[in-house]
Amino acid sequence: MFLKVSLYIFLVIFILALIYKVSTWFRYKIGIGAEAIPTSVRFFSAMKGILFTIFSVKIVTLLRVFVLDVLLQFRILREDFLRWIMHIFIYGGFMLLLLMHALDQYITMVIWKDYYSTVNPFMFLRNLFGALVIIGVIIAIYRRFILKVPRLFSNAMDMYTIILVAVIMLSGIFLEASKMVAYSDYKRMADEYSGLSDPEELKSLEAYWVKEFGTVSPNLKAPFDDKILTKGKELHESSCAGCHVQPQWAFTSYGVAKIVSPIGLGIDRVRLPRVLWYIHILACFVGLGYLPFSKMFHIFASSISLLANGVIGKEKLSPANRATLQAMELDACTHCGTCSLRCSVIMAFEEMKNLNIFPSEKIVSIKALASGKKLSPEELRPIQEGLYLCSNCYRCTVVCPVGINLQDLWFNIRETLLQKGYPEFLVLSPLSFYRGLMRGETVLKDYEKPLVQAREAIAAQCDLMKKKGQVLPLTPTDKKLQSGLNLSAQAKTFSVCFGCQTCTTVCPVVGNYEDPQEALGLLPHQIMHAAGLGLRDLAFGSNMLWDCLTCYQCQEQCPQGVHVTDVLYELKNLAVKQARGKILQSMERK
Amino acid sequence: MMEFALFLGCTIPARLNQYESSSRAVLEKLGVGWVDIREFNCCGYPLRNIDFKVFLLSSARNLALAEKKNLNVMTLCKCCYGSLKKADFLMKENPSLKKEVNSTLEKEGLKYEGEIEIKHLLSVLHQEIGIEAIKGKMAATFKRLKIATHYGCHALRPSQVVGFDNAVAPSLFDQLVEVTGAESIDWPMKLECCGAPLWGVNDRLSMDLTLKKLMDGKKSGADYVCAACPYCHLQFDKVQKMILFQRDVNHPLPSILYPQLLGLSLGIDRKALGLEMNEIPIIGIEELLSKEKELVEQTESTEKIESSKD
Repeated sequence: MFLKVSLYIFLVIFILALIYKVSTWFRYKIGIGAEAIPTSVRFFSAMKGILFTIFSVKIVTLLRVFVLDVLLQFRILREDFLRWIMHIFIYGGFMLLLLMHALDQYITMVIWKDYYSTVNPFMFLRNLFGALVIIGVIIAIYRRFILKVPRLFSNAMDMYTIILVAVIMLSGIFLEASKMVAYSDYKRMADEYSGLSDPEELKSLEAYWVKEFGTVSPNLKAPFDDKILTKGKELHESSCAGCHVQPQWAFTSYGVAKIVSPIGLGIDRVRLPRVLWYIHILACFVGLGYLPFSKMFHIFASSISLLANGVIGKEKLSPANRATLQAMELDACTHCGTCSLRCSVIMAFEEMKNLNIFPSEKIVSIKALASGKKLSPEELRPIQEGLYLCSNCYRCTVVCPVGINLQDLWFNIRETLLQKGYPEFLVLSPLSFYRGLMRGETVLKDYEKPLVQAREAIAAQCDLMKKKGQVLPLTPTDKKLQSGLNLSAQAKTFSVCFGCQTCTTVCPVVGNYEDPQEALGLLPHQIMHAAGLGLRDLAFGSNMLWDCLTCYQCQEQCPQGVHVTDVLYELKNLAVKQARGKILQSMERK
Repeated sequence: MMEFALFLGCTIPARLNQYESSSRAVLEKLGVGWVDIREFNCCGYPLRNIDFKVFLLSSARNLALAEKKNLNVMTLCKCCYGSLKKADFLMKENPSLKKEVNSTLEKEGLKYEGEIEIKHLLSVLHQEIGIEAIKGKMAATFKRLKIATHYGCHALRPSQVVGFDNAVAPSLFDQLVEVTGAESIDWPMKLECCGAPLWGVNDRLSMDLTLKKLMDGKKSGADYVCAACPYCHLQFDKVQKMILFQRDVNHPLPSILYPQLLGLSLGIDRKALGLEMNEIPIIGIEELLSKEKELVEQTESTEKIESSKD
């Protein structure tokens, strides 16, 4: 009764939660253009896409992906053998236990008419599958806490998952083990199934079970007389063995039973088997009810992601389907860290300490973003920075074991955040090359906006630049600027500039304009001079800095050996640092 | 056999597969071995504008990974080349900087001592293989083909750091182009920038510079521009296509990657060269290959027949 009622309760919770979660795939608005597409359009568009795929030749691809990537998980195998073993053990063992053990009434019994949980191969297999899961969980703990796989982050969800699986498995094993030692369980079986009534015979059988199968009896203790044991063995074979193989076949539980046998009487007295049964059942049900909200939801979402991305390939998705796919992919992520392990820009974290640089952690932030959580500017800025700090190498997408198109996700969300309005200085670097290329492939809402915004945010810090045509006093000379230009120990050379203007003359950017000062502000030789005078605003405020090709013509040709390009590089670094600092300050004040 | 740690960088595997496949095919043909190090990361070039330390650490980690395997690095990208060279130079020049970098690398059990060399594909071909050896492997040569050879800024300058070739009058790449039978033309803007560093940052300026350079090549009589850097090539190919569309220019100067050019005259399977993958078509270039190839095959087959007779 308890079993049925609680099963149905948790099943209802599970189904409602499942519907809720799946509905978010059609509701969450992610990226360019998603806001304009209503949920119903997304739903029908997805259904149409699925139907068209199923009734086309793509079904072959779908089947292949299902077998190779969903069932056998070749994508994990390709990345890391140990991890594949871990995952196959946990998922394989758990699935088989679910089908053969938890659902034995509906599956095992239907297939094998003579199914009994106490006969082989079922008893042995149950233990084998359990052992596989346990080994898998041990590998998982080993990888996270002993091997310390680089850039594998463990969050609450990961811990919860490991703990839940461990509780289900351990309670199951201890349940079976405690039943092996518990006298009342033996007694119940003997009364129900042996059909014996002669006290002598019962005593012989009991002695045999105590001796051979680990039952802890309050009445009998080894050593036993050989005659009694022989008799017990005969009785066991005639009355029990038909429906109950030797408990040794349940090797994991039997091992545990042997260990706990000294407290066997106590286990029986406190009715531990019953307690463990409740724990086991409730842990399973809680796991079921909470599944759609937990990492375990990846069982569904990751499979769908693999199948969907397997057939999508390189073709372009309609905006509606792209929005749906990307919302779904957020659930497909298992936070396994493969992307962060292979990420190209990891070293940026050493300096910038922004966790959002790592792909696996970007996803965590994007999940919060997609769920409509109100994020403060302090929270949004690092997400935007992390999303832009990406060399667009596609490695995360290539290695993702569940086939998520991460690169497209970054691009899409990056673009919507850039439109929202916090200046992102990274747009003024060659990281933007990819954005420029994408301009030809997708329509970007306001392509120039982030670029203009970043330049303006830096120029806004430079008051002196606004006083055109005025004589500047040299008193606010910034000594710190002069001494600050020492990052590479090359830039200090600006002080030997004698103003010959060779750098400006050979600069292809200067040469491109009829009125270069109008377009660029200070020209290279003037910037060198401003740096020499410690005029920070003039050095930082010129467009010339951001329009520098870094072609090194100026530096190569300088007769004085001034590292012009390197000085410009350093000025850019400092200008960004200053502007970023000011923005952070103003955020804190608010 | 000489062996290098092949440094592909970020752009080539993601957007320019034909450069990777054609380079591998050419290297194999010429007997150069390579090792792929999966742990390699971005060279740091794109971040130099923003944070010098990030750039330096990124480059240094790659160098440390190659040094751990005791391999010299070969890059296919001029910007990766320039960055790795720069990082190597700075750490050699400034021991305290090296120490600082190594203290970060140490967390991963890495360190860089500066005992390896950094080379670009072109310098490997020119110095390690040599023009004569390449000539010996030619299956066919180009006739009446004029190439505008593009050196790429970050390979040539700052010469004090990179040491690729003479920065004012380089000839390394010209020789490598001419070994295929093509003529490497003189053109005034040969050593100018391709414009790629500003693509995405200031598109109008980037387009101005690219177009000016390409028109100069065209005016000087070139049939194709030839690059050996993913940024330069993408700028001359994909971006040129966008420029042509936006600025209503009708006559493109198509870009061919050097290993595609060399690969054709080495008789490498055209599938590996990925000629069709360039956005502005270059397949017309095959018509300029001389028939020597067939002659060679004929003589080879007659030799075979004769030897079988013996």
